[in-house]
Amino acid sequence: MGIELRMPALSPTMEEGTLAKWLVKEGDEVKSGDILAEIETDKATMEFEAVDEGIVGKILVAEGTEGVKVGTVIAVIGGDGEVTPSSAPVLTEVQAAPPAIAIERPVAAPRAADPAVPAGTNMKMSTVREALRDAMAEEMRRDGRVFVMGEEVADYQGAYKVTQGLLEEFGPKRVIDTPITEYGFAGIGAGAAMGGLRPVVEFMTFNFAMQAIDHIINSAAKTNYMSGGQMRCPVVFRGPNGAASRVGAQHSQNYGPWYANVPGLVVIAPYDASDAKGLLKAAIRSDDPVVFLENELVYGRSFELPELDDHVLPIGKARIMREGSDVTIVSYSIGVGLALEAADALAAEGIEAEVIDLRTLRPLDKETILASLAKTNRLVVAEEGWPQCSIASEITAICMEDGFDHLDAPVLRVCNEDVPLPYAANLEKAAVIDAARIVVAVKRVCHR
Amino acid sequence: MQNRRSNRDGRQRPQSEIKSALRSLQETHAANLRHKASDEELLKFYEQMLLIRRFEERAGQLYGLGLIGGFCHLYIGQEAVAVGLQSALTPGKDSVITGYRDHGHMLAYGIDPKVIMAELTGRAAGISRGKGGSMHMFSVDHKFYGGHGIVGAQVPLGAGLAFSHKYNEDGGVCMAYFGDGAANQGQVYEAFNMAALWSLPIVFVVENNGYAMGTAVKRGSAETDFYRRGTAFRIPGMNVNGMDVLEVRAAAEVALAHVRSGAGPVLMELHTYRYRGHSMSDPAKYRSREEVQDMRENHDPIEAAKAELVKRGVSEERMKDIDKQIRSKVAEAADFAENSPEPELPELYTDVLVETY
Repeated sequence: MGIELRMPALSPTMEEGTLAKWLVKEGDEVKSGDILAEIETDKATMEFEAVDEGIVGKILVAEGTEGVKVGTVIAVIGGDGEVTPSSAPVLTEVQAAPPAIAIERPVAAPRAADPAVPAGTNMKMSTVREALRDAMAEEMRRDGRVFVMGEEVADYQGAYKVTQGLLEEFGPKRVIDTPITEYGFAGIGAGAAMGGLRPVVEFMTFNFAMQAIDHIINSAAKTNYMSGGQMRCPVVFRGPNGAASRVGAQHSQNYGPWYANVPGLVVIAPYDASDAKGLLKAAIRSDDPVVFLENELVYGRSFELPELDDHVLPIGKARIMREGSDVTIVSYSIGVGLALEAADALAAEGIEAEVIDLRTLRPLDKETILASLAKTNRLVVAEEGWPQCSIASEITAICMEDGFDHLDAPVLRVCNEDVPLPYAANLEKAAVIDAARIVVAVKRVCHR
Repeated sequence: MQNRRSNRDGRQRPQSEIKSALRSLQETHAANLRHKASDEELLKFYEQMLLIRRFEERAGQLYGLGLIGGFCHLYIGQEAVAVGLQSALTPGKDSVITGYRDHGHMLAYGIDPKVIMAELTGRAAGISRGKGGSMHMFSVDHKFYGGHGIVGAQVPLGAGLAFSHKYNEDGGVCMAYFGDGAANQGQVYEAFNMAALWSLPIVFVVENNGYAMGTAVKRGSAETDFYRRGTAFRIPGMNVNGMDVLEVRAAAEVALAHVRSGAGPVLMELHTYRYRGHSMSDPAKYRSREEVQDMRENHDPIEAAKAELVKRGVSEERMKDIDKQIRSKVAEAADFAENSPEPELPELYTDVLVETY
């Protein structure tokens, strides 16, 4: 019984090649590993090895033949009786034509609203910093798999004091100071999550996470998909993001759009204390990898926080911070404060702005944005970050694709200037968004 | 070694003490170079190595037929490394992680060849449902954690797995494989530092097959003795012949005893050789045919095990029988992989996230 030798594919893109030279002739005995022929691809000359043993029977394609299609039978080897004949179909038979039908995408379930705060719940004032700390502490009490690691998170109590007191309560096994080695500890965090733990990995700032972005994206975000849903990576990467104050270009960047680009990640960027706490708790409980973007300038601000035993908020749901009927301002993180400030100024001039805090950047709550647009017919996005390929760009595209009929004016973006952030106080101020710029943009879309 | 942390105050430690600590495992290994395997044990190693060899040959063939696409890195020649090391581990307890040349490590951990081959052909029945491919395969049940396509990434990930063993106090050890090429990635040394600092239960394994794709070790590495590269982190190194399955197994026991005692990581360098190109599309012009032929003819781990078994008096019939069984097992896997359906199109959208939000 003979085995057909077919023209092999020798690279991911090869479709045909030249049979440059036969190194065996009819009647030769060959064994596994012997070089049978040399084949020229578009890139190189490759050796074609025997896989089975036997006598070379007929050579069907002469040496020097060009343009031999992959899968063409080039020779036959007579088997020794024990060899299973190759029954493999050739490439052309395997590859079906691309489907003419459109693939039906799964329809997203309606997003959960925030749980109602029971009447009579005491509201206390809390800084965002305390809210984040309390979220971690509560989740660590609840689940022994949760631990915190990062630079200066333990002994030093956190570079920005977000992890204050955690070492004292949970000890060095669960609150771990790392060396300054972002790539390494992001990988260790992702690996520990694959091993079944629930790591909270703090980056001193997200600027330094660029050293670790390979593990955030290639290791954490893609694993569940690449493993067919078998291997999860429930890690939280958190830390301050965006411009701080007078620290220059390398320490001042908003990475929201970078991470929000990546399927497989959940990206959260809260503004106030209640959302910071409720969403960080949700992030730690999530089975998915989460990038949790905080803002240094907001850490010290105080907000009302409901005193609940378990304050957990839904991921993927935007929040209407202020209702209005004339125009919608969409923002997230520190931009929300500026948008609210702008809305107050606009109200004094008779323009009622609705302010939406996205809270989660991936998955993005399109429905809330489009519902608001349908009501106000005008929309401005305010984002503390660069304009090109931004969250603002994405929301503008969503409004064009799904809200075009509701638009009475073009969507405008209010973003930072398109330059690395300068150090000089006046230049820095000129580069970063503020409420006044949002007011100007809103007036433009309102034709005022 | 119990004094690892005693010198953290910055005082100088006597050279002799450091040297002996870093070489002690090598000395233990040298004193008992080869594992004293029973006939049955050696037969089992032979069988596992042969399975990898035949599986990979068939994978190469299916690649040639266009049934396997993209990148496909074969393990032919390196079989004694995965078989010898992993025979000393317990699947389901000890974790294993490696790079993209991963088929052999999976087979050595007892994962079904059918679902591996079906993944290579991109079918729904593949271990990653056809969504991972050759470089991205996992079996959480076996504690085989991939299968990683980014060179060196598996080293800190492996340290993370070791971290979880220690955190959970489950007695497990992580074995993290990487190549001589990956050994030059910076993140490897970040992982070494933390693994040693925290005494993580991990065996770092450099599979030195002589070439980082097309770059010979001496052209890419200032220190070509990879087992010495842990010295700066006080990680003891072992220099091991990776072409003899019994030497590999004996070395594995020394390394594992050290790690399981809580003394922290070990760095093993396994000298091995890949017969095929770096990937299927590598014409391998950076080395001579004679060099490859010499390794095949004079250092092949499978032929050596076979010769030893024959010398021990195992019947030719028994050997033939094993050979036949493996051929049919691989043929069965290939048939399964060729004839299984491709994933359904809605599978495109599944497993992006675990939860719905």
